[in-house]
Amino acid sequence: MPVDPQDLHADRGQEWRNELRASLSAKERSALPRVRMPELDARERSAGFREVNTGLSEEMAVREAKRCLDCAAPTCISGCPVNINIPGFIKLIEKGDFLAAARKLKETNALPAVCGRVCPQEVQCEANCVYQKMKKPPVAIGYLERFASDCERLAGDVVVPAIENRSPVRVAAVGSGPASLTFAGQMAKWGYRVTVFEALHELAGVLSYGIPEFRLPKSIVRSEIAYLEALGVTFERNVIVGKTITIEDMREQGYQGFFIGSGAGLPKFMHVPGENAIGIYSSNEYLTRVNLMKAYQFPSYDTPIVRGKRVAVIGGGNTAMDSVRTAVRLGAEKAMIVYRRSEQEMPARIEEVHHAKEEGVEFLTLTNPIEYIADNEGRVQQMKVQKMGLGAADDSGRRRPVVIAGSDYLIDVDTVVVGVGTDPNPLIPRSIRGLEVSKWGTIVVDEATMQTAVPDIFAGGDIVRGGATVILAMGDGKKAAAAMRDYLLKKPAGG
Amino acid sequence: MNKVVEKELLSENVVKLVVEAQAIARKQCPGQFVIVRTDEKGERIPLTIADADRERGTITLIIQRVGTSSCKITGLNPGDALADVSGPLGRPTHVEKLGTVLACGGGVGIAPLYPIARAFKQAGNRLIAVLGARNRELLILEKEMAAFADETIIMTDDGSYGRKGVITVGIEDVLKREPVHLAVAIGPAVMMKFTALLTKRYEVPTIASLNTIMVDGTGMCGACRVSVGGKTKFVCVDGPEFDAHQIDYDEMIQRLNTYKAEEKLSFDGYLKSLS
Repeated sequence: MPVDPQDLHADRGQEWRNELRASLSAKERSALPRVRMPELDARERSAGFREVNTGLSEEMAVREAKRCLDCAAPTCISGCPVNINIPGFIKLIEKGDFLAAARKLKETNALPAVCGRVCPQEVQCEANCVYQKMKKPPVAIGYLERFASDCERLAGDVVVPAIENRSPVRVAAVGSGPASLTFAGQMAKWGYRVTVFEALHELAGVLSYGIPEFRLPKSIVRSEIAYLEALGVTFERNVIVGKTITIEDMREQGYQGFFIGSGAGLPKFMHVPGENAIGIYSSNEYLTRVNLMKAYQFPSYDTPIVRGKRVAVIGGGNTAMDSVRTAVRLGAEKAMIVYRRSEQEMPARIEEVHHAKEEGVEFLTLTNPIEYIADNEGRVQQMKVQKMGLGAADDSGRRRPVVIAGSDYLIDVDTVVVGVGTDPNPLIPRSIRGLEVSKWGTIVVDEATMQTAVPDIFAGGDIVRGGATVILAMGDGKKAAAAMRDYLLKKPAGG
Repeated sequence: MNKVVEKELLSENVVKLVVEAQAIARKQCPGQFVIVRTDEKGERIPLTIADADRERGTITLIIQRVGTSSCKITGLNPGDALADVSGPLGRPTHVEKLGTVLACGGGVGIAPLYPIARAFKQAGNRLIAVLGARNRELLILEKEMAAFADETIIMTDDGSYGRKGVITVGIEDVLKREPVHLAVAIGPAVMMKFTALLTKRYEVPTIASLNTIMVDGTGMCGACRVSVGGKTKFVCVDGPEFDAHQIDYDEMIQRLNTYKAEEKLSFDGYLKSLS
């Protein structure tokens, strides 16, 4: 959804903003160094699950906010999938009105405390910052987003916007991850009666089961959910749409619009020999045991996990980094990333790679597992890997890894986590008649509206994209909400 | 929260619980299961639905006490509640009229077998039940099965009831004497393995229902993966029933032992907490 340039212009033209802009020259602003995020010492943090980044101080945040030039035509916004008014909230921080900055964020983003922590800013807003053209480090937009929303939460001063025009129309979201939460927040603000159905016993999808406490504390996720509840969103846990209840049942109960944000919940394995040995996990299982089931507190919590001493995590994305850093915290003496391309091609956020290295993770790049060898109890003992070289670029624009013949060797391991991606979960697509599904199992939608082949059903996030980021899922949720509203308004009453 | 409304001790270590779960009771079919969590610190464990009452909005779970989670669940009394029950999960049993169906249940496996056997009987099949247990005291649901089965054969390891011997002895007697169109085997992995080896010799199509380690139960984690015909399958979404002749039982038995040491540690702690 594009932002209205006129709104931006009016926002920027406020008197206080003009004054603030004039208070420092662009030269002075651009001479300030980029702030560094304070973090726990690598050794200290590796012993537990405390959040690594500790957040900016007020003084640091205001100084960083001063670096923003408040451009007349801000390019940063075009890099944001939910089109946050970036200079708008940053200048409120510079002004010292942190709560207003948080509210400015929430106008466009239902989950700013989450996005400030997990978004890949370096390829989105910050990649489009005007400083890039000046060959200077971009404004730390992500840190500032986190700062403002944390201020609001810590102040306990969360303002829930008044909802005008309450509608009797009921709509449902399937799954409670970032796509559905964004959709739900938007629809609730427009006055619709929204119910979110979650299959697990805990809400927030990947934000709960996937992203670890040390990167995204669960207390933050809970407060974002509480905000949505305050907006009037209803949450139903332990309901598996397609099993416990069908879309058909919900239509009979009076729901008039559906948003499917059920995620890419089917882990990919590599189908190499020995992959079912004990001690080989999907990253989904490994992270779910730790994050959702609290296996790191076993036996105080009942769910166990294999606490490996020599752990290999296969893959180079954020999930792989989360898994390997979790392994470090579970007491691994040797924790390795095994990735078939080079570090340059790794899809993980730069910060996660950097943190992993600080915590002692070894990176075995251009290396690919081809077999697992188990002991007589079936527990994995060794993995056979082969070295790879880089060939010509493939469809993704990254150079394709090619096998170097005769380069096989063995690595001793007692735990392996396969984090090479996920496929869409077939449970929901299978249960809905008329839905168009691609050969990859993703739900086919009209990209402009996120509407599926069934008019009252919209979809977004990984069930459509097949494996992307929190923020892209949120962008989909937002787009779908706008399109569903149009659809519901145009629909004949009672129809 | 799902309230326990009824509890019955079926044998020394096997407990039947009737639990409120309206939506699940309405949707469940034979062969499906639920994922249960007893309390905030509990594991998510799969339990087969042994029966359901749509009108009362309840499902019946039959649980054998073996470790911490099963002891916590069986320790609940009417009026207590489970933190979470979700389902119905897995694909329902494909029930059709085939002729003669042999329902083979070992130990607590008789519980999930019961609704499946009843469904095959209702579909018009001749239904022969072969039920095995270590001894008379551990045999469950005999009366309930015998109420609809055309014949019920009981095998006990120690001969304290029915015939003495392992379950495959009773199964083979039937296979020798008459044509069987389908066998359904549910019980300990070893029992299913040997039942499958036997029915393969007689070329009787056989399905086994597997109960593996699970976390979410919706295909998300892959903890439940098994090899069937050389391919990796997820018990939660591809099963829980598979062609019994294609399952790699040895791999499955090994995977069931993944947390042997942790389970003992947890259970010792649990027992200590009781004393």
